[in-house]
Parts: sequence; structure tokens; C-alpha cells
Amino acid sequence: MEMLEFVVPALNVKAILPQAILSLTALTVLLVGVSSPHNKKTSSLGYLSLVGVVVALISTLMINGARESAYNGMVLMDGFSSFITLIVCIVTLLTILSSINYQRFFPRLNCGEYYCLLLFAAVGMSFMGSAGNLLMIFLALETMSISIYVLAGFKSDEAQSIESAMKYFLLGAFASGFLLFGFALVYGCTGTMDLVKISAFLTAHPEVIHSKMLMGGVALMTVGFGFKVAMFPFHMWTPDVYEGAPTSITGFMATGVKAAAFAALLRVFFVALGHLQADWTGIMWLLAFLTMTIGNVVALSQTNIKRMLAYSSIAHAGYLLVGFVAGSKLGQSGILFYLLSYAFTNLGAFGVIALLGRDGGEYTSLDDFAGLGFKYPLMGLAMAVFMFSMAGIPPASGFMGKFYLFSSAMKAGFIWLAIFGVINSVISLYYYLRVVVVMYFKEVERDVVMPKPSAAVVVGLVIAAIGVLQMGIFPSYFWDMARQSVQAMLM
Amino acid sequence: MVAYHNLYLALSVVLFTIGAIGAITRRNAIVVFMCIEIMLGAVNLAFITFGRANQSVDGIFMVMFVMAVAAAEAAVGLAIFILMYRKRGTINVESFNLMKW
Amino acid sequence: MLVKYIPVLVMMLVGIGFGVFAVVVSSILGPSRRFKVKRETYECGMPTEGATYVQTPIKYYVVALLFLVFDLECVFMYPWAVHYRKLGLFGFVEMLVFMVILFVCYVYVWKKGALEWE
Repeated sequence: MEMLEFVVPALNVKAILPQAILSLTALTVLLVGVSSPHNKKTSSLGYLSLVGVVVALISTLMINGARESAYNGMVLMDGFSSFITLIVCIVTLLTILSSINYQRFFPRLNCGEYYCLLLFAAVGMSFMGSAGNLLMIFLALETMSISIYVLAGFKSDEAQSIESAMKYFLLGAFASGFLLFGFALVYGCTGTMDLVKISAFLTAHPEVIHSKMLMGGVALMTVGFGFKVAMFPFHMWTPDVYEGAPTSITGFMATGVKAAAFAALLRVFFVALGHLQADWTGIMWLLAFLTMTIGNVVALSQTNIKRMLAYSSIAHAGYLLVGFVAGSKLGQSGILFYLLSYAFTNLGAFGVIALLGRDGGEYTSLDDFAGLGFKYPLMGLAMAVFMFSMAGIPPASGFMGKFYLFSSAMKAGFIWLAIFGVINSVISLYYYLRVVVVMYFKEVERDVVMPKPSAAVVVGLVIAAIGVLQMGIFPSYFWDMARQSVQAMLM
Repeated sequence: MVAYHNLYLALSVVLFTIGAIGAITRRNAIVVFMCIEIMLGAVNLAFITFGRANQSVDGIFMVMFVMAVAAAEAAVGLAIFILMYRKRGTINVESFNLMKW
Repeated sequence: MLVKYIPVLVMMLVGIGFGVFAVVVSSILGPSRRFKVKRETYECGMPTEGATYVQTPIKYYVVALLFLVFDLECVFMYPWAVHYRKLGLFGFVEMLVFMVILFVCYVYVWKKGALEWE
């Protein structure tokens, strides 16, 4: 091969500012955690990482509106990546606030490694939103996944937690293999891994678009991403992993990983492989329908609330796929809006569940919630709001999210898919409202006492509840933001 | 040259299939993980072949990153396996039945 | 063209031949008395002890993994070193960042006590 020619990119700190801040915080937390004779009672590490996340959040808002590609197209800085980074920062913020309370009862979690891995997972997630190259997507995905494998097994004295980590690890690595082979085939067809250049190549060589190799690559990538977003038929791991993982991490996995994986999915399929849209729409229609139906139907019979929310998370992946099938800018904006709404809702719900956890028991059975609504009125109210939002009842944000997703599908001509989506939402009402009914009207069998929550988690739950109501009652601000983000996507 | 590329690609596909089938059918977690590593090896071979066919170095860079990531993954995975072994005394994937699979 | 490799071939033949010669001649000329102790596995002159299947201490595992992870990072330095001049300040700063992160990890491993053998 002849001598390689390349352009040395400029150092562009601005393009990776939020991620750099998060990484720096992660390293600092790691060093502080290991060097100070650490007192397990204090939450200083949690607050330290909180500061980093808030600074990263502010920096994201500051660079919002920039539009350029940096590091030879490896990192794309546009509205889309800013929005994803925003979601990731909010997810991490709420997770840390919940963890600060949770770790009082599970001191094993109170160490530098926990927060370091949490922050590095966040770095991976936000890079998935701003990756402009298949190589970068792979690296970001693995940064996120490897951190979360460890986090899922962090309660290393509990067999369930380790089992959850093991299942997630084996299936995650398996899925990575498929994803990578898909990348290899796409690279083989187009000769480049840059998303924008792939699209340009396919424009110039339309005969490649329907080659078997490219089709195979797209299919393998769908499998790989399908595992990450818990799409049917690759959803089997979700309930087990969510149930066994520490509750403070489960919400992080359900919201952050989903947001990051959908971000990468949108970038790869719409920026790089937009020419194949007609080919994948049919199969994605079917997968969207099956994913939401299976998730909702199986969730009906669950008695463990973490497991129920895991199946509900599969169903939500199905709703998000509806926007993906619609394929229009409207559908993509709907996905972004829904991801943000889901982040507030789901982290709120898991925050409430984590409130009950302590030594010797997580109290995640549905019956444990009996009577809690009257005993702890504020907590009950918050949980009711989050459940309404998941079910899609106005005035909560879930309603607006579903409205945008389904209406985008209607406008794109997928009327039946939208109808199935609405039917599914009606089915899901049963199990979400059952939680509320149990909280307020069920006879108490086992008296569950909630330990007094720390201030941090209260702040977190208030933020989540305000987010849910704000996005539900005044959605236009966030909706405009989501639409501008998609408009500003670098193509 | 092109004929050789097809051979390498065929080998890569065969290896990938062996790895995927092994990962699904084997019961010992370490063997499953080794099968996944075979899949990654197949991917690396494909990347190098395509890099050569396309006359670009992107494929080779990708292989380096895949190798580094695979090492990190192995470190995490083996740590999880050891924890599992200490807790349960086995790493047979069929014995992971605390929760419904 | 292959002619220039003939000295290597000769060298190999001589090497192999000497080894074979020494073993064969000593087995022919030397006296051979076989009894039980002599047929046992050689272990520094001590009587052999214990089963063949021994468990390896877990600390080997930690060291091996640390080696694996840190060793693989060197892969990224080769292309960087080859193009060091062309990469200029950018390459230098990026590698500095990389090394600082590695160093932080090293300090972590050290403080955590993973490098202590006892």
C-alpha cells in the first residue's frame, strides 16, 4: 500500500466539551475515592460527581447551536448531539441524586468506582449521539456497555445482581459481534466508515444500494442495535437484567442506554443509509408492532414492579420505533421528545422504587406498595404522576410524547401502526394504573416502612416530576427544541 | 488479488458462523465468551480484507480498536465469571435461574 | 535467489544435528539403571508431592488482566510514533491526554493494592 495521506485535524475542545468535563470528573472521582481514607457514611463522592454533571449540562446548553464536524468527521457537533447530551446529562443527574440516597443502605455502592463508571457510561452515551463515524459509534457503545456491565453487578454480595451482570455481559458482547460484522460489511461496500461519506458514496453508486452485502450489513446492524434498545425478538435479556441490577442503576440503563442507542440508530440509518429507507421500513413496521405488543401483554401479568417496568421499557422501545418507521423529520423529533420525557418519567419511577430499598430487601413486589399512598402522600403522588405519564394520560408528558410519535406515523401514512400504538397504550393503562390502585386502595398485608429519604433524592424526584408536568402541560418549548435539533442534524 | 479477498471473506463468514453457533449452544460461560471472541476475530479478518480491497487504512485502525475493546471486555467478563463462581460454584449458563430467563 | 539462505540452512542442520547427536550418544554410551524413584517426575531433586491439578492463586489473574489491558494500549502508540512528525502538536497533546488517563488508572491500581504480591 502506498504511503497514507491524511489531514491532521485541529484540536477542537469545544466539540467534545461536555464529554471532556464528564471524563475529567470521572477520573477525579476515581482518584479521590481511592486516595482518601473514605468514610462510607458521607456522600461527598456523589456530590462531587454531581458538580461535574451540572457543569457538563451547562456547557452543553452553551455550545448548543454550533454546527460543525470535528476531528476529521469523527465527532459531529450539531443540534442533534446537543439534545442527546442534554438527555444524557439529565439522566446522569437524576441517577446520581437517587444513588446518594440508595447507597446509604448499600454502602458497597458508595465508592469512587461506582460514580466513575456512571460518568464514563454517560461519556459513551453522549458520544453515541455525536459520533460521525462507525468506529466512533463502536467505541462509544463499548465505553457505555462495559461500564454498565460492571454497574449491573455492583452489589457483588448478591447472587441476583451478579447473574444480571453476567447475562447482560454475555448478550451484550454477542450483540456487539453482530453490530461489528454489520459495520464491516457496510465498510466493505462503501469503502468508508464516515457516515456522511457513506451516504455520498451511495448517491454516486446507486447500484451498490441493493447489493446483497450491504443488505446483510444493514440486517446485522439491526440485530446489534436491536439488542441494545431491547427490540423484539432481541428483548429477552431485559427483564432479568433490570430485575437483578441495583435499582439506582436500572433506571439509568432503561433511559440512558435507550437514548444513546436510538441516537446512534437514527444517525446510522438516516444519515448514512437514508437511501435504503424504503427497504427497511417494512420490517421495522413489523418489529415496532411486535415490540410494543409483546412488551405490554407480558407486563400485564408481572408482580415484581422492577420486572414490570422492564417489560414496559420494551413496550416504550416499540413506541419509539413507530417514530422511526415514520421516518420523517417529525418522527425523529418525536423520538427525541419522547426520549426526554421517558428519561424524566422512568427515572422518577425508579427513584421512588429505590426509596424503599435497604439492607435485607429491595421491596420491589407490587404488594409492598399497598397502602403507601396514604402513609407517604407525597411519594404516592409522585409515583401516580410517573405512572400516568408512562400510560400516556394527560396532563403528563407521556401523553404528548405518544401524540407526537403517533401523529408523525399518521402523517407518513402508517395509519394502522398508529392505531395499534393507541390500542397498546390502552392495554398498558391496566398495569400502570394497577400500581396506583394498589398504592391507595389495597389492604396492607406486609407493613413496609420507608426509611427517611435524604434531601438529594427528594430534589431528584421533584426535578423529575416538574419535568414530566412541564413537558406535558407546556410541551411547545421542548417540542420546538427537538424539532430544531433534528433540523440542525448534519447530513 | 480479488480472488484472494473472496477467500478471506469466506473464511471470515465461516468463523463468524462458528462463533455465533457456539455462543448459542455452549453451556460453559467461558466457552461462550471464547466463541464471542471467535466472532470478533472473524470481524477483524473481514475489516482487514476490506481495508486491503478498498486500499484504505480505516479497516486496520478498526481492528486495533476492536482488539483493545475486546481486552477490556475480557477483563470485565472474567471478573464477573469469578464472582459468579465464588457465589454459585458454577458458571454453567443453564444454572442462572434465580430469575426467569 | 534462495541460494543466499543456504548458510541459514546449514546452521539449522548443524544445530539440530548437534542436539540429536548429544542425546543419542549419551543414551548409547551412558550406563542405564532404571528404578522407581528415577522414573518419577523430576522436581529439583525433591520427592514429588501433591496432585497435578493445582489451583492457581487469584492474584495471578489480577496481574494477568492488568498486563493485558495496559499492554494493549501500546498498540496505539506505534502508528502515533510512525507519524509523530507529521502529527505535530496535535499528536503530542492527544498522546499526552492518553498517557495521563493511563497514568491515573495506574495510580488507581497501585493505591488499590493490586500490585502488592503479599
